[in-house]
Amino acid sequence: MSSVSFEAVRKVFGKTVALPGVDLLVRDGEFMVLLGPSGCGKTTLLRCLAGLERIDGGSVRIGDREVSDLPPRDRNIAMVFQSYAVFPHMKVYDNIAFGLRMRKKPKPEIERRVKEGAALLQLEPYLDRYPAQLSGGQRQRVAVARAIVTDSPVLLMDEPLSNLDALLRLHARAELKRLHTDVKRTTVYVTHDQIEALSMGDRIAVMKDGEIVQVDSPSIIYDRPASVFVGSFIGSPPMNFLKCAARDGHAVGDGWEVPGPPGMDGKPLLLGIRPENIRIGQGPLRGRVIVAEPLGSHTLLTVQVGKDSLKVVAPADDVFKPDQSLQIAPEPHKIRWMDEASGTAIAAPN
Amino acid sequence: MAVRAGRALPFPARIARSDAALPLGLLAPSIIYLTLLILVPVAQALFLSIQTEQGTFTLENYQRVTNDAAFVDSLFNTAKLLVLIVPIQLTLALAMALLINSRFPGHGIFLYIYAIPLAISDLAAGIVWLSIFGDTGYLNTILQGLGLIKDPISYLSYENLHLVLMAIVVAESWRATAIVMVILLAGLQLIPRDYFEAAELFGASRWRRTIQIVLPLLRPSLQSALIIRTIFAFQTFAVVLALAGRQFPVLAYEAYDAYANLFNPRLAAAWAGLILLMTLTVVVFYLRVFKVSEAETAR
Amino acid sequence: MSAAATPAPQRKSQRRGVLVDRILLYGVAVLLALWTLVPIYLIAIAAFSEKVAVFEYPKALLPTRFSTETMEFFVGSSGVITSVKNSVIVALGTIVVALALGAPAGYALSRFRFPGRDAFQLAVLSSKMFPIAILAIPLAVTFIDLGLYDKLIGVIIIHSAMVLPFVIIVTAGVFATVSRELEEAAQTLGTSRLGAFMRVALPLALPGLAAAAIFAFVTSWNEVFAATILTLRERTLPALVVASLNQSPLYFKFAGGFFLIIPSLFFIWFMRKYLFNLWGPGR
Repeated sequence: MSSVSFEAVRKVFGKTVALPGVDLLVRDGEFMVLLGPSGCGKTTLLRCLAGLERIDGGSVRIGDREVSDLPPRDRNIAMVFQSYAVFPHMKVYDNIAFGLRMRKKPKPEIERRVKEGAALLQLEPYLDRYPAQLSGGQRQRVAVARAIVTDSPVLLMDEPLSNLDALLRLHARAELKRLHTDVKRTTVYVTHDQIEALSMGDRIAVMKDGEIVQVDSPSIIYDRPASVFVGSFIGSPPMNFLKCAARDGHAVGDGWEVPGPPGMDGKPLLLGIRPENIRIGQGPLRGRVIVAEPLGSHTLLTVQVGKDSLKVVAPADDVFKPDQSLQIAPEPHKIRWMDEASGTAIAAPN
Repeated sequence: MAVRAGRALPFPARIARSDAALPLGLLAPSIIYLTLLILVPVAQALFLSIQTEQGTFTLENYQRVTNDAAFVDSLFNTAKLLVLIVPIQLTLALAMALLINSRFPGHGIFLYIYAIPLAISDLAAGIVWLSIFGDTGYLNTILQGLGLIKDPISYLSYENLHLVLMAIVVAESWRATAIVMVILLAGLQLIPRDYFEAAELFGASRWRRTIQIVLPLLRPSLQSALIIRTIFAFQTFAVVLALAGRQFPVLAYEAYDAYANLFNPRLAAAWAGLILLMTLTVVVFYLRVFKVSEAETAR
Repeated sequence: MSAAATPAPQRKSQRRGVLVDRILLYGVAVLLALWTLVPIYLIAIAAFSEKVAVFEYPKALLPTRFSTETMEFFVGSSGVITSVKNSVIVALGTIVVALALGAPAGYALSRFRFPGRDAFQLAVLSSKMFPIAILAIPLAVTFIDLGLYDKLIGVIIIHSAMVLPFVIIVTAGVFATVSRELEEAAQTLGTSRLGAFMRVALPLALPGLAAAAIFAFVTSWNEVFAATILTLRERTLPALVVASLNQSPLYFKFAGGFFLIIPSLFFIWFMRKYLFNLWGPGR
């Protein structure tokens, strides 16, 4: 069991600075998700942890060991790759046993651990087969089994679910989460899928352009995003942002006014509110329904308020017509105020 | 709880292991080997060709080459071979490649058969066709058996040099078409099936489809094949030797002869230098022409 | 193409058109196949007839008078067995040297991005352009000085230099098909870089490497010019045949020709999957 710490980790590719200087602490036994759009540096950071990329500055520690200069084999990690990287020329059994054999474990122990790993991932009937004979989902489980049986204190996963079809992904997500509960290995998990992040992580590190913009538990990230970027990236549909200005304890928007953050007179603000936290009926905002999308479990409305366009979640049974006018109110304790210029959150008094 | 991304602190310099060290290390032996065995000999050959036996600078080797009675003949012969062989091979190879690419049932076996000559040396090919074109050879046997000729025709004798040329062209075409076919086949495989299907949907006949769609898309492969085939045509040696001996002088033979029979490596080097010069000229010419035509068909 | 839309007579002519197409296709294919195979058949007959049959006219087109006399004469002629042995030694040596140098280079080309990579590829390709004459002649002179003349090792050296560019390009293509992630996975599981190469990349690349090896073998086996120039007593088979072309009787030549061809039939059979990579990565 080990913690993982990145201190001022810097990685440069030619002239591009992928990671200018990243600090992150992953606690022992924690499931930490690195989340962000493509190119944000999450995979690079993971590979720096694995030792597949050499860092150009800063340090990486596993437990209290400084591993920055160590090759992957000496870091005692296990990794699941996006493409699974299951060895095609070896049977499933040998794939799973590979890491154990490299560490020169005695044969009976290898056999025991491989069987345990296979049982954990329901691969027992396939031990004697070659990867080419397995489906994508089965190969993914082989990759996970191979990593788990090595008993390395730190587990790394690089978008292991992204190559699965939607239904399988749902299933595999639950499996991985259950696995983590059973096995409790410190895990660093990379994904661009915010649903995966919210469902699986103990904490999420949201990354953009090589920098970590927020590290928190999923609920905090969801309810109190640190910036417009985080609020837009997390949640589907993303958080709404309405332009307004602070004035005397209020926020004044285009034809509406709500109680706002104190101080900062005249400052341009953004009112951040999630579609499901908007009440329809009475309220300070007046708008017009542009589109109503019945989605089965709820209806998603696109509402025009002044110059801003909002998404609003409405109960499935209510009927809405285009051009219908509406009064809506954001739930006050769910509002997230953002400074328009910097895009970052303003600490809420509530 | 937000974490601020830190700034990289000034850090003690790491032992800089150059990123290029490993790949260059893996490549170095090959680079050294090729330099020693290709670049150096080429340079040596060029130097040899401008030396006298004593080692002084001279152009007399080249003069001897150009004054040689066989010079003009060998030049023209090599040129004739080039002009005849290349179009024949390109056509045959294209036919083979198109056939194979259509994946008709059994195409695998036909691919194997067409590819057999890849592993046949030019010497063996020469001998094979010797048995056919010889005075008492199989061709005469067949023609006589069909009643087309009365007496055997002498294909390989000095009196019928144009027949000798034909025999060499046939033998070389037989042997080396496979090389061209493989290049064209590789190029054909890269053309997505969609193009063919779209054409079929629009009602183009198979012939039309081939001409208007396949050939333009195949152009890079055709160019490669053309260049490679031309380069090798300048080096035609053993086929000629097997079929015609001295009667049909070609450049490569003169080089061999100067070395092995006249024991004059400097003269041989001059011949080789000439071959190199001509090869380079033609290749550069090709590349120019291809560049121009590609610019015209603004893609 | 809905069958319901086209009226009956049109469908029939469509079917006839397809049939004619098919016949044409197979016809041309068979014709080309015959063009390739018949000469081989003929030399086989010539090689397996009596010695006098060579001078006969008209020749027998069917193997009615099968005889091993010509082959026996060939195989029994002085120097032939030795030259076959030499050819095998040289060809095997060529494989070893070419792969030992070329496989790591191909691996480096496929895996790493480094300055000069494109220039290197171009240089490798253009080295095929030099006529063998211009290489063999100065090398012959050099080898005499170095005491390598008329030694098989000299021929191995030049043959491996001839096939090396090709081996590099092909192995680069082969290693490119082995995903880098496989080696990375092996490293995270406890192998060194070299270990990952040996345990993962190499086994997966083996078929492609085998094809490169076979091509190296074939090229060396068939090579005529350099082998003839660089050897005197220790001839390879092609060198022997060339050197004796003037004096040897016709039946000797035929037997020699057949002997030279036979391995090709096997080589190509083993290599048939890789025939497309011969001249550089697919364009």
